[in-house]
Amino acid sequence: MFRTISRFLAIIWSSPAGRISLSIFCLCVAIATLGPLVAPYGPTERIYDEAGKLVRLSPPTWKHWLGTTLLGRDVMSQMLWGARPALTIGVLTALGTVLIGVNVGLLAGYLGGRVDSILMRITDIFLGLPFLPFIIVLLSLTGQNIWTIIFAMMIVMWRSTARIVRAEVLSLRERQFIAAARTTGASDFDIIYKEIAPNIMPFALVGVTFALAWAIITEASIGFLGFGDPNVVSWGSIIYDAYASQMMYRAPWWVVPPGIAIMVLVTSVYFIGRAYEEVVNPRIKQAG
Amino acid sequence: MRQFLIKRIWHALLTLFVMVSVMFFMFRMLPGDPTATVISPALYPKAQEALKAQFGLDRPLHEQYFIYLRNLLVFDFGISFHTLRPVAGEIGNRLINTLVLILPSMVVAYAIGAFAGAMVAWKRGSKVEGFLVLLATALQSTPVFWLGMLAILFFSIRLDMFPVGHIVSPGKFPEANLQMYLSLDFLHHLALPFMVNVAYQFCFPFLLMRSTMLSTIGEDYIELARMKGVPENRILYHHAMRNSMLPLATTLPMILGWAVAGSVVIETVFSWPGLGLLMVEAVGRSDYPVVQAAFLLIAVLTVGGTLLADLMYGILDPRITYK
Repeated sequence: MFRTISRFLAIIWSSPAGRISLSIFCLCVAIATLGPLVAPYGPTERIYDEAGKLVRLSPPTWKHWLGTTLLGRDVMSQMLWGARPALTIGVLTALGTVLIGVNVGLLAGYLGGRVDSILMRITDIFLGLPFLPFIIVLLSLTGQNIWTIIFAMMIVMWRSTARIVRAEVLSLRERQFIAAARTTGASDFDIIYKEIAPNIMPFALVGVTFALAWAIITEASIGFLGFGDPNVVSWGSIIYDAYASQMMYRAPWWVVPPGIAIMVLVTSVYFIGRAYEEVVNPRIKQAG
Repeated sequence: MRQFLIKRIWHALLTLFVMVSVMFFMFRMLPGDPTATVISPALYPKAQEALKAQFGLDRPLHEQYFIYLRNLLVFDFGISFHTLRPVAGEIGNRLINTLVLILPSMVVAYAIGAFAGAMVAWKRGSKVEGFLVLLATALQSTPVFWLGMLAILFFSIRLDMFPVGHIVSPGKFPEANLQMYLSLDFLHHLALPFMVNVAYQFCFPFLLMRSTMLSTIGEDYIELARMKGVPENRILYHHAMRNSMLPLATTLPMILGWAVAGSVVIETVFSWPGLGLLMVEAVGRSDYPVVQAAFLLIAVLTVGGTLLADLMYGILDPRITYK
């Protein structure tokens, strides 16, 4: 596990695009960790000037680098606070998604037969679901907080990982070393998790990066549709607030930064995933 | 082939059936009384009960479920709790609105994306290639609603070139009809969401075409064509590009279903009265008949799309045989 991850980092670092993307990603992680400590104001703190008047919709100034919102909140501080939920939700969703997807893929691919057809029918059902609308229905059932959002996204996102992993397991299953393990009397459980699973790791890691990218965007979209956690300020919810206040077209400083932050973060995640995929997936490497 | 087809269709129907059932019970668990909007709590209890009976809501849940299934078989989707009109009509209108936005922009995005992807692969390693890959990825990484808001901010507010949202000017077309979809006013409203969607959808076909093209270029038959002295342009268009279209063509039907489901965000920004916006509104007011029918419609689109994709593979690629 540790070896796979250090190899993962080494592979990414070896390409220029990967190096830049990884640096940007680390910067975002740093902001998520330290942001709240260095933020000059709280995420929902209302700011008043000397005269005791609320500083509403102030354009960027030396005091407020990214201006203020309609409710007199400092956009810069919100950006610093908002990185943490965006990344936490993204990372947890991605890990959970891949965990479910890999296990379903492993079991379906290795055990085959009836288990395979049942699991694949279930996967098909999830593939037919409308992605965002279904998440919204789930959220209105469970209530809206960080955990239900992670849960709702996980429930729909594992479907693609499961299919990819299963296809890979199907070809691994026929290989010599699996037959060898079977003749030594290894149990199905041992073969799946000790022999096959390590060979699936690269696919799982690619899956984690793409799921992460997708989860960050989806979290923002959920927030934008008004189904986000009302008590948490994240990059997505900043855009939603600007949109809901009807002031976004008068206050570009409010709505532009969170979008750019999401774009830069997700782009870097995509490039990290691709830099790794090109090396571990020979079919793509050969392609370019 | 025939056996494969029967098996696949059977699977598709089974998938749809399970989905319809799960949806049915899931929506009944939604909080809030769906009848509150239609049945005023101020009515006499007797009158309220009579209205509930009219919707069939007084019967036990399993009975409601069987009635629902029976009605589905004859394409009766019930009556919207909100508008009190048949769901089929409500949804039909909204679906058309979504399709006139999504279909043309998908076609254009695929055409541009595929062509650009093939071109940069053909001249690999160029500066343009690096730039386009970065641009496509950045566009894909951008929340599409934010892209839409920027487009409105710039083109509608600053330059005053396009309307801020909606499908036609308010009050101009009281009835949605063919005349409306052919009017200049409609096209004027369509332009901005159309462009935003093209930008957003561009990435997938571009990258897919680029990578398929790169592996096609390495194939022996391209080498052979070169040795035969076939002109470069002919190799590009007739040998390499044509053979690289396969993955793109086969993913298209599936992507289309997803694009319709994903239209909810773009429709919200542009207040576009499509299926996606309807779904979100209907979830908000627990209008089950509408949500259920909309989900079913999208499920039919994706499940049917996947089926179509599998079949297309066999027809377009003679190397594949069905078991």
